[in-house]
Parts: sequence; structure tokens; C-alpha cells
Amino acid sequence: MNWRNWILLLALVPVQYHLRAQDADLLSLLDDQEVTEYATAAFKTNRVINLHSLESTAGGVLDFKINHRFGFINGGAYEFFGLDNAMMRLGFDYGITDRLTAGIGRSSFQKAFDGFLKYKILRQSSGKKVMPVTLAMVAAGSLNSVKWADPTRENYFSSRLFYTYQLIVGRKFSDRLSLQLSPTVVHRNLVATRAEKNDVLALGAAGRVKLTNRLAINAEYIYVLPNQLGPDYHNSLSLGIDIETGGHVFQLHFTNSTSMIEKGFITETVGQWQKGGIHFGFNVSRVFTIVSPSRHKE
Amino acid sequence: MLFTGILFVTTGMAQKYFTKDGKISFYSDTPMEKIEANNTKAVSVYDVSTGQLEFAALIKAFQFEKALMQEHFNENYLESNTYPKATFKGKVTEPGAVDFGKDGKYQVQVAGELTIHGVTKQVSTPATFQVTNGHISGSASFNIEVEEYGIKIPSIVREKIAKEVKIDVQSDYLPMQEKS
Repeated sequence: MNWRNWILLLALVPVQYHLRAQDADLLSLLDDQEVTEYATAAFKTNRVINLHSLESTAGGVLDFKINHRFGFINGGAYEFFGLDNAMMRLGFDYGITDRLTAGIGRSSFQKAFDGFLKYKILRQSSGKKVMPVTLAMVAAGSLNSVKWADPTRENYFSSRLFYTYQLIVGRKFSDRLSLQLSPTVVHRNLVATRAEKNDVLALGAAGRVKLTNRLAINAEYIYVLPNQLGPDYHNSLSLGIDIETGGHVFQLHFTNSTSMIEKGFITETVGQWQKGGIHFGFNVSRVFTIVSPSRHKE
Repeated sequence: MLFTGILFVTTGMAQKYFTKDGKISFYSDTPMEKIEANNTKAVSVYDVSTGQLEFAALIKAFQFEKALMQEHFNENYLESNTYPKATFKGKVTEPGAVDFGKDGKYQVQVAGELTIHGVTKQVSTPATFQVTNGHISGSASFNIEVEEYGIKIPSIVREKIAKEVKIDVQSDYLPMQEKS
């Protein structure tokens, strides 16, 4: 190459650079401010089936729950495979903030009143702040209001009370898959026999697989550590689907647990899957926005 | 030849304007339900010399009145995990008509490619640049057909979500410090 070509080449370089710069992404001129992105909607609602999911009710939102469990399927044709009977729980969950939820409920089973507080300690996030898991805790209490079985003996009000403390650690692995573990302790003031423990330790495991945007499969299993319950009680296993339609989430499922509150489905599950001791049931969740988030309005 | 090169570089260095808190709102209006969402974190760059105009907005930054709507918007409709951003890349067709040094209201036409939900479509809309005491703001309002962007609305909520949604864009531009 002689000197003339060199000059020509040098002269062309800026022109080409200019042409390329014009095609380039103008927005790339801005410094990319990295934002923290929180994982959302790991589960369609704040319950997997019976267990609390790692999701909370959004701040300012009231979630009205109507839960049913029909009788045991092994009741046969005479009991219309359980549909002749139904237990229900009505509940209201309210999101005090995006991280703090309070709920109350009333179950027909054992005429139980219940209440809980749930707080999200850590939120799964990516981007600026990385947090691999969501961690929540639930404190729940319930009151069995059935008349005393034996009114002649000395009965204490405290015998009606049950407490549950639960941690939930979970992760939305992908759009499709979310998994969680729930170490739990249930405290019962009164138990039936000396062999049964007042404090029962259990570990719940639950997951969901999203099939389409509006349909998901859920499963949960609660392993109660051995030698804590009487021989008639079994671990809770529930399988179901979530169907979402606008403001409702319908959860249809099969479960061997009759109760829909923690102390019940963890420590008092009598159904056995292999013997047809299975309830068909559903949860309906309907949300109402009570307080609009202030961030919406400027 | 050498001179032409230098000249080109000089024009390339001309003024650009940007914003990091542009406001994008959309409205879906049906007799059953009015839906409104606001995003106040849109970024935009406008190159005065070429008329090039670009916008980008994070889908997750749209705020709704109802948390559930916001969840459905992200999860079911815009699928923001797969398509996190909406972008616009286009041009002001007559950039010379606007004098950012002089107060006034300038009507322009903006045309370009709008990408939402991974689908890119040509859009064209009238827009306004307002210059007040050297303060520059741009605004535009246009409608898009939701279905054109591959966003499926199931029949069960068909009555609640408009086929055509209105999009308002409003941003205050600041001069960009050129990187040397």
C-alpha cells in the first residue's frame, strides 16, 4: 500500500464509524440502571392446597376464601362418593402490606375459629439485589368450639387452643416450576393420650407446575416426624389443579385431610389414600381491592 | 476527502436529549371495566440531528390499580418474564421543524417500529414537542390493537378488556452529556 491509499483509508474510517453509530441503539447511550426485579406469582394464590404458599395477599387486597371438602370417596355410591357431605371453611385474608397478611376463618369441621399472621421476610429477586429464595413465616392459632365431649369432668378453655408456627422457604425456579419447603411446629394444649406429643414437628413440601397461563398442577405432602401422633393419623397428601378466571382462582383437588387449618391437616389427618380415604374438594379465592396502591396514582 | 470525514463526525456529535422517567400510560375502556396502568420509568433518547427517537419501558414497571390485574398483565397477557421490555425505534419525520432553542409548541409526526410482547409493528402518530424556557417535553397519544401483538384475550374476559387500547406517552427531556 502506498502513502496515498493510507490517507484515503484514514479519511474513510470516521465516516464508517459515523454510519455505524447512527444504526446503533440510541438507548445504549444511557447508562443501564440495573433494577431489582422481584419474582412474582410463584403460586396463583397464597395457598398451595391446604398449606400456605410462599405468596402473600397484595397490600390493600381482601381475599375471600370459600373452601369445601366433601366426604370420603370410599363412602361409595350410598354416600354418592362423598358428595353427600361437605365440610367447609370460610375465610378472609387481608394484605396489610405487600409483605404482611392477616387472616381469619371459620370451619364447620370441629366448629373451629382460626386466625393467622404471615410475613415475607425475604423476597426472591434478581438484578441489582439477588436473593435466590423467598422466606416467609406464618403464625396461626385456632379454637375448637365443639361442646365438651364430657362436661362432667373439669374442662379448661386453654384445651380448645392450638398454635402453629411455620417457615416457608421456596423458589420460583422458572415460569413453570415453583417449589417450597415448610418446616412446621404445631402446639396442642390438650392431646388424647400420653403417647401423643403436645408439640408436633412436621415438614411440608409443595410445588406447582404451570401448564398454561391459567392452569397449574399443585401437589403437597406433609411429613410428620415419627412417634408424635397416634396410630390412626397419617401424613397429608394433596393433589390438585388451579384454574384462574379473571378475579377468581378455583382450586380443585383430592386430599386425605379433612380439616383445612394447619393443626388439623398436619396432626389430625385420618384418611388413607390407598384405602380410598380421599376427599374431593375445592378452594375458591376471590379478591377485592380495598385500598388502591398509592404507587398507581402519582 | 479528509475534510468530509471530519465534517461527518462533527454532525454526529450534535445534541441528543434523554429521559429516564418518561411516563407511559395505557387505557382499556369497556362498559364492563376501565383499566388504567402507568409506567413512570420509561427511558427515551431523541437525537435532534437525525430525528431518531427511541423508547424502552419495562413491562413489570406498569402499575395498576388492582394488584391482581397487574399480576395477570405480567403473567398472562404480556408474559413479561419472556418479553421484559416494550420498545419503540423510530423517527420524527421532520426534525428540522422543531427549534429547541425557541419556546413554542411543535406538531410533528413520529413513525417507527413498536415492539410489544416480542411482536414488532409499524406505528405512526402525531406528536407534540413543547419548549418552555428551554424545558423540552414530548407527548403523543395513539391506539394499538392488542391482538396484533399476539396478546390473547380469553373469551371469559373478552367483555372486560378493550380490543383497542389507548397509549399516552409523556416525557420531559434533558440534554445528554456526550461521552468523549
